[in-house]
Amino acid sequence: MAKPSSKGVRTSSALRLTVEVISPMQTYSDPYLKTILTRTRTIAIVGVSANPVRPSYYVARYLALKGFEIVPVNPGLAGQTLFNRTVYAALDDIPKDQQIDMVDIFRRSDAAGPIVDEAIEHLLPQGLQTIWMQIGVINDDAADKARAAGLDVVMNHCPKIEYQRLFGELRMGGFNTGMISSKRDPS
Amino acid sequence: MSDTPSYGFDTLQIHAGAKPDPATGARQVPIYQTTAYVFRDAEHAAALFNLQEVGYIYSRLTNPTVSALQERVAALEGGVGAVGCSSGHAAQIMALFPLMQPGNNVVASNRLYGGTVTQLSNTIKRFGWSAKLADTEDLAAFEALIDNDTRAIFCESIANPGGYVTDIPALAAIANRHKIPLIVDNTSATPYLCRPIEQGAHIVVHSTTKYLTGNGTVTGGIVVDSGNFDWTASGKHPSLTEPEPAYHGLKFHETFGPLAFTFHGIAIGLRDLGMTMAPNTAFQTMLGIETLSLRMERHVQNAVKVATWLENDPRVDVVTYAGLPSSPYNARAKQLYPKGAGALFTFGVKGGYEACVKLVDAVEIFSHVANLGDTRSLIIHSASTTHRQLSPEQQEAAGAGPNVVRLSIGIEDADDLIRDLDQALAKATS
Repeated sequence: MAKPSSKGVRTSSALRLTVEVISPMQTYSDPYLKTILTRTRTIAIVGVSANPVRPSYYVARYLALKGFEIVPVNPGLAGQTLFNRTVYAALDDIPKDQQIDMVDIFRRSDAAGPIVDEAIEHLLPQGLQTIWMQIGVINDDAADKARAAGLDVVMNHCPKIEYQRLFGELRMGGFNTGMISSKRDPS
Repeated sequence: MSDTPSYGFDTLQIHAGAKPDPATGARQVPIYQTTAYVFRDAEHAAALFNLQEVGYIYSRLTNPTVSALQERVAALEGGVGAVGCSSGHAAQIMALFPLMQPGNNVVASNRLYGGTVTQLSNTIKRFGWSAKLADTEDLAAFEALIDNDTRAIFCESIANPGGYVTDIPALAAIANRHKIPLIVDNTSATPYLCRPIEQGAHIVVHSTTKYLTGNGTVTGGIVVDSGNFDWTASGKHPSLTEPEPAYHGLKFHETFGPLAFTFHGIAIGLRDLGMTMAPNTAFQTMLGIETLSLRMERHVQNAVKVATWLENDPRVDVVTYAGLPSSPYNARAKQLYPKGAGALFTFGVKGGYEACVKLVDAVEIFSHVANLGDTRSLIIHSASTTHRQLSPEQQEAAGAGPNVVRLSIGIEDADDLIRDLDQALAKATS
């Protein structure tokens, strides 16, 4: 497994270059991100909104459309249904037989600490491999703890944007994906 | 396991945006000559219309051939994304549109293409926008023009017609102090000679008609976003930070992060202004870009030879080329434009206006046209053509006074270009 190139490895991707400009410590290689997004099937989304124009709803709906299993987490919406799934109040409330590969955090940076603690405490037996923090969410202490627990960490990125970039969708909008290849896509 | 490689300019100008066609394996980017695209199903259509998924709906918004060009230019400029449009002038409106509300203004360099001076000084007033133009050599006076209603700074990297080289880092510092973006028209330099985003610019615009296409066949424009401007920092850019009624209250900056400006360009700009680039234009432009670095090297070599010859000719008054050691901007050119100061400059003929007009009529290889950045060498008397709408003071400020002729040096044999100018100067000054 590639280590996140957290010391600021420059890549050709302008999308990630941008993030590097804003916060030089959160740069990850394309293979690292691709591995995470390829192996992940189930994502617990903490702080998901029921408002269709909020980014958290947007991202969750997008990932659901792409075939990821979404487990919504938000204490304010606990017991309601979002994306045909029950919303849980906390990570600890998710049934123990539910596989959770990744936790995606839509909360303030300081709130990410307790969420990561909770994820490490409860979700490792449920298959947890990745902690992902959204654009603007940066918590180095939480990231260190997660890595110490054997988890991969992504901070200050959006899995929707990275999925769209790495798997060619952003190309359709004229975005700089940083992806160059002379190979034909498998049909 | 390796990190993602970082590709060089020559590789990007051929490959960026252009994987083999997913449908056929076609190696060259196909011209997708279609208006509309079939949705997979109703849910796919809804996701596209709600901007939840990126894809093709209708060619006013997105088209696979145009997308390939957009990605290529974005990659060469080091931006996050780009929006193609129908001309360089369209690109300027497309760049300003997300930034400006009625009552807002743009502060711009006064060394600009005459058509841009007219667009900014006159035409945009009909949108309720205005512009203040000033000399960027006096940075304090330039900065003093910025007021609470200013929403952007605008300049050309290498200015048309005089070949003036703009101090982009200095203007970027001013822009950052006032939390407004710096827009750089990089048409005359191209990303091969200058990458404004690396020098601090936030948005880059091009007339792709010029060096990018290079072959004088199609008109087009493009807007490249760096993705590095914080739209939320000042509250000055509500189009990107406030709820968008046409998309159920979505906020572009919140939903699309660093891609907000580009998404806005597609979803609002192209959708409602409709200044779309045609797929055939994108194709011709990409063919040109494949050889951009090679052509720019030769353009610069030839420009240095021709400008040096002109400067030493007794029939010539003055040559403005920043690539000449005699230019007051030569040190800046060497520092900020190390691969060359472009191939666009003016020179004065002893004998003034009459001699200039005679010279333009006497050339046989140089073409007398209102264009620049062609493989062919071009000549024009700016004051009576490209900068005709300007007042005499505006013409002088732009470097397009009545006594100078503009050259766009092509990639022919430099010796032939010099011979042509030699015989034309003989006729013009006899």
